[in-house]
Amino acid sequence: MLNVADRPAAATHPRNVAPAVHSFGAPLLRGAVGAWMAVIVVIPLFAVAVAAFRRGPEGFWSAISNPQTVAALGLSFGASFVVVLINIVVGTVIAWVMIRDTFPGKFVVDALIDLPFALPTIVAGLTLIALYGPKSPVGINVAYTRAGIVLALLFVTLPFVVRSVQPVLAEIDEEMEEAAFSLGAGGWTAFRLVILPNLLPAILSGAGLAFAKAIGEFGSVVLISGNIPFKTEVGAVNIFNQIENDNVAGAAAISVVLLGMSMVMLIIIAIIEQRGGRHEHAH
Amino acid sequence: MGITVSRVSKRFADFVALDDVSVDVPDGSLTALLGPSGSGKSTLLRIIAGLETPDRGSVVISGRDVTGLAPQQRDVGFVFQHYAAFKHMTVRDNVGFGLRIRKMPKTEIRKRVDDLLALVQLDGFADRYPDQLSGGQRQRMALARALAVEPRVLLLDEPFGALDARVREELRDWLRRLHQQVHVTTVLVTHDQEEAMEVASRIVVMNHAQVVQIGTPAEIYDQPASDFVMGFVGRVNRLPGAYIRPHEVRICEPGEPGCAEAEVERFLAFGPEIRVELRLRENGQRLWAQLSATEQGMPDLTEGMVVGVDLSRARRVDEPAAAGGAR
Repeated sequence: MLNVADRPAAATHPRNVAPAVHSFGAPLLRGAVGAWMAVIVVIPLFAVAVAAFRRGPEGFWSAISNPQTVAALGLSFGASFVVVLINIVVGTVIAWVMIRDTFPGKFVVDALIDLPFALPTIVAGLTLIALYGPKSPVGINVAYTRAGIVLALLFVTLPFVVRSVQPVLAEIDEEMEEAAFSLGAGGWTAFRLVILPNLLPAILSGAGLAFAKAIGEFGSVVLISGNIPFKTEVGAVNIFNQIENDNVAGAAAISVVLLGMSMVMLIIIAIIEQRGGRHEHAH
Repeated sequence: MGITVSRVSKRFADFVALDDVSVDVPDGSLTALLGPSGSGKSTLLRIIAGLETPDRGSVVISGRDVTGLAPQQRDVGFVFQHYAAFKHMTVRDNVGFGLRIRKMPKTEIRKRVDDLLALVQLDGFADRYPDQLSGGQRQRMALARALAVEPRVLLLDEPFGALDARVREELRDWLRRLHQQVHVTTVLVTHDQEEAMEVASRIVVMNHAQVVQIGTPAEIYDQPASDFVMGFVGRVNRLPGAYIRPHEVRICEPGEPGCAEAEVERFLAFGPEIRVELRLRENGQRLWAQLSATEQGMPDLTEGMVVGVDLSRARRVDEPAAAGGAR
């Protein structure tokens, strides 16, 4: 055990006088977190990357440049993009209503928002096909269309923007808005110039998570999309089909591309968040 | 001109915030709304600003009935206790916000903002963010922001309430001088009687959703309209059926006609003030006297000695005691 008294340099420096247990526990905890991250996240990702290049760079390139795969990845990217844009608007509106409005049954609605996320995605897919499929009781059939894919992705990504905006909106000083009103700003102007900039980091972080979820989505999409090559086959389904055809290396290669897209998105968000918080820490 | 509030009532669910309140604020004056928390003073200010809607009554600003108007249309500047700074904007953008809304050309905004920042002594802080300012600086920024649009009235809701005592004192002086410069009709809400006395030329004392007295600081202090006002706007000794301010208690020779005998329990002298704590011999009633250090014959007071006290300036209670002291 380390003893504080044995470390005069630390003892004279008030900030460094940490309890002995703390200085002993910190490296241990840090090591445990590192090992956990390695086992759960880093090593599996590394294994996929290795598998992707099993047939060399040419094998990797031929797997991801296959026209059907390109179409599938493009569809995933495009659909996710549309879904994120819709989520940014609708998610913010839902968060606004949940925070600023009171209505009977609000807590039920609040609980419902998480349901699409908590539900097994295949159940979500089944639900959607039952309602908006060929036998739709409401006469809307989006099965085997790209609209169906967007619908499924909207379903499973609903909570992300809502849940990241809600706490930030709840914390926003309403007097800021009142100050804007008294200075002549109308409701929309006050929202645009005063509220929205303060919500933006939260909106973007929710949007990024929604994008990362949408781009790799499989379960909720597989039933309603019909998986028509070049038309409604998304990236994750394409990967599944490659595995079905015993092309594990190809599947791994496409996985790496999807992984890359998600990671780039998460990194962009991290940067934006850092910038958003900059003036609050720049002392 | 100025502000005329007529017969305004406001209720929040079961709580009556304002009960048939009428107040006149003269043009160009600096008026304080003074009262304990829950007395309705902030609600009244917010109703003047249009941030709350009265259930009944009307508000007229500079001859224009604004009762039904939104805050945007009232031409008022509002300053909040907790600054309500736009956190994501620099000081310059905060102060220029109202001008930007009014679509003033950018170069003109720049010039106006620079002038205002000089007025509130924040020149050199234009490019900082509110988080990089002290509380006092933030509140001065909020004042500049409110003044930027040249409002007809300036409304301040406990503007110094979140600041520490020394900064508060500085800002009070500063606000009074600022008001002499800009002369905009100003209403200040405060629960601090000293602040109201020092800053305002007129005080509206409120309690339990009603106005209990309106007057100059001297009138409020020397001729309080009720037990409550007396107790609220200054220190007071409560005697059976009467009260007297500590500085009105006169120490005299024991046995002097008109003087009661009292024992000196404690004697505290520091700075310009001498505080003598006394106990009346006839009934054991405790009270204290505030004497000026320059007063003659005082230094020979010691604890335990018997003196005479002249209570002839005590005033009779003119209101049921139950109405007073509600804080």
